[in-house]
Amino acid sequence: MELLSNLVMGFGIALSPFTLLLAVFGCFIGTIIGALPGLGPSNGVAILIPLTFSMGLDATSALVLMTAVYYGAMYGGRISSILLNIPGDEPALMTTLDGYPMAKAGRAGDALVISGVASFTGAFLATVGLMLLAPLLAGVAFLFGPAEYFALYLLAFATLGGMASNNQAKAAIASCIGLGIAMIGVDNNSGLPRLTGGNLHLFDGIDFLVAIVGLFAISEVFFFIESHGKNTSIGVKLGKVRVPWKDLWHTRWTQLRASLVGFVAGILPGAGASLGSFMAYMSEKSIAGEKGGFGTGVAKGVAAPEAGNNAAAGGALVPMLTLGVPGSGTTAVLLALLMTLNITPGPTLFTDQPEVVWGLIASLLIANVVLLLINVPMVRVFVHILSVPPWILLPGVTMISFVGIFSLSGSYFDLLLMVAFGALGYVLRKIDVPTVPIILGILLGGNMEDALRRAMVLSDGDWTYLFSSGISIGLWAVAVIGFVAPMFLRNVLKKPQRVTD
Amino acid sequence: MGTDRTFGLVVTLTALAYIASATQIQTSFLTDPVGPRMFPMLIGCVAVICGVVVMVRPDPNPDWPAMRTFGSLLVAVVVLIAYAYSLKPLGFLFPTAITAAILSYQINPHAGRSIAAGIGLSAGLFLIFKFALGLGLVAFPKGLIG
Repeated sequence: MELLSNLVMGFGIALSPFTLLLAVFGCFIGTIIGALPGLGPSNGVAILIPLTFSMGLDATSALVLMTAVYYGAMYGGRISSILLNIPGDEPALMTTLDGYPMAKAGRAGDALVISGVASFTGAFLATVGLMLLAPLLAGVAFLFGPAEYFALYLLAFATLGGMASNNQAKAAIASCIGLGIAMIGVDNNSGLPRLTGGNLHLFDGIDFLVAIVGLFAISEVFFFIESHGKNTSIGVKLGKVRVPWKDLWHTRWTQLRASLVGFVAGILPGAGASLGSFMAYMSEKSIAGEKGGFGTGVAKGVAAPEAGNNAAAGGALVPMLTLGVPGSGTTAVLLALLMTLNITPGPTLFTDQPEVVWGLIASLLIANVVLLLINVPMVRVFVHILSVPPWILLPGVTMISFVGIFSLSGSYFDLLLMVAFGALGYVLRKIDVPTVPIILGILLGGNMEDALRRAMVLSDGDWTYLFSSGISIGLWAVAVIGFVAPMFLRNVLKKPQRVTD
Repeated sequence: MGTDRTFGLVVTLTALAYIASATQIQTSFLTDPVGPRMFPMLIGCVAVICGVVVMVRPDPNPDWPAMRTFGSLLVAVVVLIAYAYSLKPLGFLFPTAITAAILSYQINPHAGRSIAAGIGLSAGLFLIFKFALGLGLVAFPKGLIG
């Protein structure tokens, strides 16, 4: 009953005309961002966050808009996978395996509709899962003290780093860069400046929005300059778009199973939608066996990864909202949004600000329906947008990034920092150093240090206190496994998962 | 291999410098058992270890672009820095048009298209930012409009 009353409250907030308008707008923009190769959900959300603040939206409205963009981008990623054989974002990679062969066989419209419906199934079920599971997990999180939180942050870095790069040492370096940056500024406990080099601009620390926009958006421009914007012309024709009812019925169990697999993958801190789509595709492939024809352009091969990655996107919101630990790259960016809005994610969020959580959950349900409605009949519109050439698109993205950051701080120093982060992001991505752990480090560094220092105060400097409870020992063990396991799994998976979702 | 060895060395040296800076952090008399130095020093130590690991076990070299492309990237960085400095004194329209045109040209070297993209983006984004989103952007240098 409590769940129902909370949901009614959430719909009361989400169904206001303005919020509804924001959800529709976010879904539309998100789908475009997802569809454009190179601009994934994390880039899209990163670029739009500063603009959200400039527009002066309140916390719930900003959150609704950005999560609609997030879900929209997850939907949109499939369009370029199917039509261009270029995944719009990393999680849509698996969709190319069967989506593009279907498109080449003249069934592009069918593939887009099947993947759109599968995306809806995955995202909708994940939102229901979020609704049921998040309050339970928030209850468990009340058992967490500073030692447990420290271990939890470590777990987030270990698993995110483990999945993010070919090389664990490089992933750990990325985390250290982020944590090292987070230490710059005035120390919360003593009030004394640290590692500022006497530069007054650095006394407030480095804003994570500046780092996010630099690492994600500006570095992308450098990549396009390097490639001269090649490989973005539409390869196959869309043809007739109709609803393939027979295929949809045929893939119903695939969609349900893949949603479950994706949701579980999304909940694991750091795993994200890339793993969700991979696991969903591989499990369906093994169920279907050789006769399934996976990889040759079958409907199940399109439905499984799309249901999986969209379910993972919803699942990744569970640890972010309940524990304050993002489950994926994009939720790390969304965590930045929450923190900037003075919303502290964690177990108390559900009791202190229920209107934010339930308004968000209701908005996600609405956004899913909106996305289904605009993605199936309006697929032609999004396909036309795919033909926007990168020589217009990327300068536009750069200008939006600059204006967004400038309108927030009015400081040229932040703009210079953003360019520096862009150059750093380009170099790091070239040498396979993931950028998401850097963001996570900047975001969580202060909290992680705070947890450590509080643990030491409570134990009077006894370091064994960090391993003093069953929960903390369990989290340390999972962190070690999460960091080490990918070294062995990589040989099995062959292709590493780069976390950019 | 060479790239990773250089990267590992840079990380190690930077981390050592970071640790050295952390030792200089002032502590107040109210400090806790760990203090403000310990966590930065831990981070530095982990980074040193990882830097050495990368040097010892390097990955194959990435595909670095040709020198000409490096030049283009350097130009892009300089243009963006100049844009950051010029946005306040010169207003939105002129710097945005020039920067967008240069970036557009670097992505696709076609002068006519790039100029059109620069002018179009500058005017279009100004209208959206100023009138649809309500941002307080200044169109021209203050001296020009009095």
